[in-house]
Amino acid sequence: MLDVQQVSVHYGAFQALHEVSLQVPAGKVVSLVGANGAGKTTLINTISGLLKPSGGAIFFEGQDLTRLSGHQVAGLGLAQIPEGRKIFPEMTVYENLLMGGYSAQARKLRSQTLEEVYTLFPRLRDRHKQLARTLSGGEQQMLVIGRALMMRPKLMMFDEPSLGLAPLMVKAVFEVVVQLKARGMTILLVEQNVRQSLRVADYAYVLESGQIVLEGESRAVLENEHTRRAFLGL
Amino acid sequence: MTFSPELIAQSIITGIMIGGVFALISVGLSLIWGVMRIINFAHGEFLMVAMYIAYFLVARGGWDPYATLLVTTPALFLLGALIFRGTIRPILGHPSMNQIMLTVGLSLILQNLALVFFKADVLTTRTEYTRMILSIGPVIIRVPQLIAFIGSALTAFLLYWYLQRTDTGRAIRAAAQNKQAATLMGVDVQRIYLLAFGIGSATLGVAASLMISFYYTSPTVGLFFGLIAYVVVVLGGLGNFLGTLVAGLIIGLTESVGAAILPGSLSRVLTFALFILVLLFRPQGLFGGKRA
Ligand SMILES: Nc1ncnc2c1ncn2[C@@H]1O[C@H](COP(=O)(O)OP(=O)(O)O)[C@@H](O)[C@H]1O
Ligand SMILES: [Mg+2]
Repeated sequence: MLDVQQVSVHYGAFQALHEVSLQVPAGKVVSLVGANGAGKTTLINTISGLLKPSGGAIFFEGQDLTRLSGHQVAGLGLAQIPEGRKIFPEMTVYENLLMGGYSAQARKLRSQTLEEVYTLFPRLRDRHKQLARTLSGGEQQMLVIGRALMMRPKLMMFDEPSLGLAPLMVKAVFEVVVQLKARGMTILLVEQNVRQSLRVADYAYVLESGQIVLEGESRAVLENEHTRRAFLGL
Repeated sequence: MTFSPELIAQSIITGIMIGGVFALISVGLSLIWGVMRIINFAHGEFLMVAMYIAYFLVARGGWDPYATLLVTTPALFLLGALIFRGTIRPILGHPSMNQIMLTVGLSLILQNLALVFFKADVLTTRTEYTRMILSIGPVIIRVPQLIAFIGSALTAFLLYWYLQRTDTGRAIRAAAQNKQAATLMGVDVQRIYLLAFGIGSATLGVAASLMISFYYTSPTVGLFFGLIAYVVVVLGGLGNFLGTLVAGLIIGLTESVGAAILPGSLSRVLTFALFILVLLFRPQGLFGGKRA
């Protein structure tokens, strides 16, 4: 479904990604792991059209994304759950969710999708009139996931959704990913929480200093010597 | 000195009515700031342009002053959108000093163009509304001011409703609060900026048409209203919509009561004294700043 082909990205003179290739097949969960500063967010933002690659190409359902801008990529059904819970702080929970259903296709089914999101996250229904900035960190993360679901996405890219959350909320976030997977959602999961994310994923890539150094079935990656030493402290 | 209660009552009524217009003039400036963090120092000159349009339609074209809305509003939207597209958009995200220089430069250009085309004459219209008054006891209400107040309140309400209740309005607020997240939701943020700048300018078209029956037009008329708008926007809390409306009324009252109780040349001092006090003691404004 998503096909990243030899993508390079520069920030000025600094090259953050070196010919990165990665595939996410429909219905699968693919995990991208790597240390802080490896280039995970850069890759996700490039796929989302927020950054322009200096080389390579990105295809989504056969369509070239590299010429599209961010809002157009979103309109194709590609949702990103950005790093650091980027809510609309001065809007209510309900308004945040409505914003998720902004694009043309999503808007047609908006009230129906809203019901589904409220069923998945009853907490959001309880708090729908509250300003988003008054939610707890975990609730804000649920809101950002719910908002992405409002887009009726075909592919969801999570950028470190568990970062900075209490252990109980981390567990809840991974449970949501498992639930979405069970419903057949296609997911690209970026995590520093390597062990948990590899348990959920079907396939995994390891990114180091802007290069893919390892890829394979997540079980194999989890058992790989290099991964164990680099990320699991074993 | 003694002030008759009638005089005070009269200046309060006048203050509220003119304050409504101040609020409308300021709300666009506040919206533009809230959405893209730009202070348009040519805001007053945009109003001046709108007042000339309204003036010529009324004085030369024989239009009803309020019918000029149909021209001034879209004309100012277009003016705002074009100027944004041509000059302001390229410097979004640049150092604020550059942005200030640019919009101050625009204000000077517009003022001087007006001088060239229309001379320094102070132009006033005489319409059928100009002399209409309502008397409530000793207090008189000038009908054109009353219409301007009601029209301003309606326009501000409409704009508020648009921002709160429509999908595009919500997208404007979303882009103001988190540009990246809005883009990820499918919002074309560049288009939203253009729209917000156009709407913020269009409100000045409405204001000009509402004022043309009782206010003069000149190349420098924008200086006064521009200054008032900055004071109101800061007082109301930068980007705070409802705060701006209340601050507009406060400044209207200050101006009008000041004119009633202070000798002529001092009357304006009160407004700016209030402004300086706010900057010193409550720089976030009376009601706190906000992103649209
Ligand atoms: N806006 C930017 N400008 C310059 N360098 C950046 C920018 N964003 C990220 N980088 C650099 O690019 C590299 C990858 O960053 P990032 O993609 O955020 O990594 P990760 O998400 O894996 O932690 C880092 O070295 C970081 O310092
Ligand atoms: Mg990151």
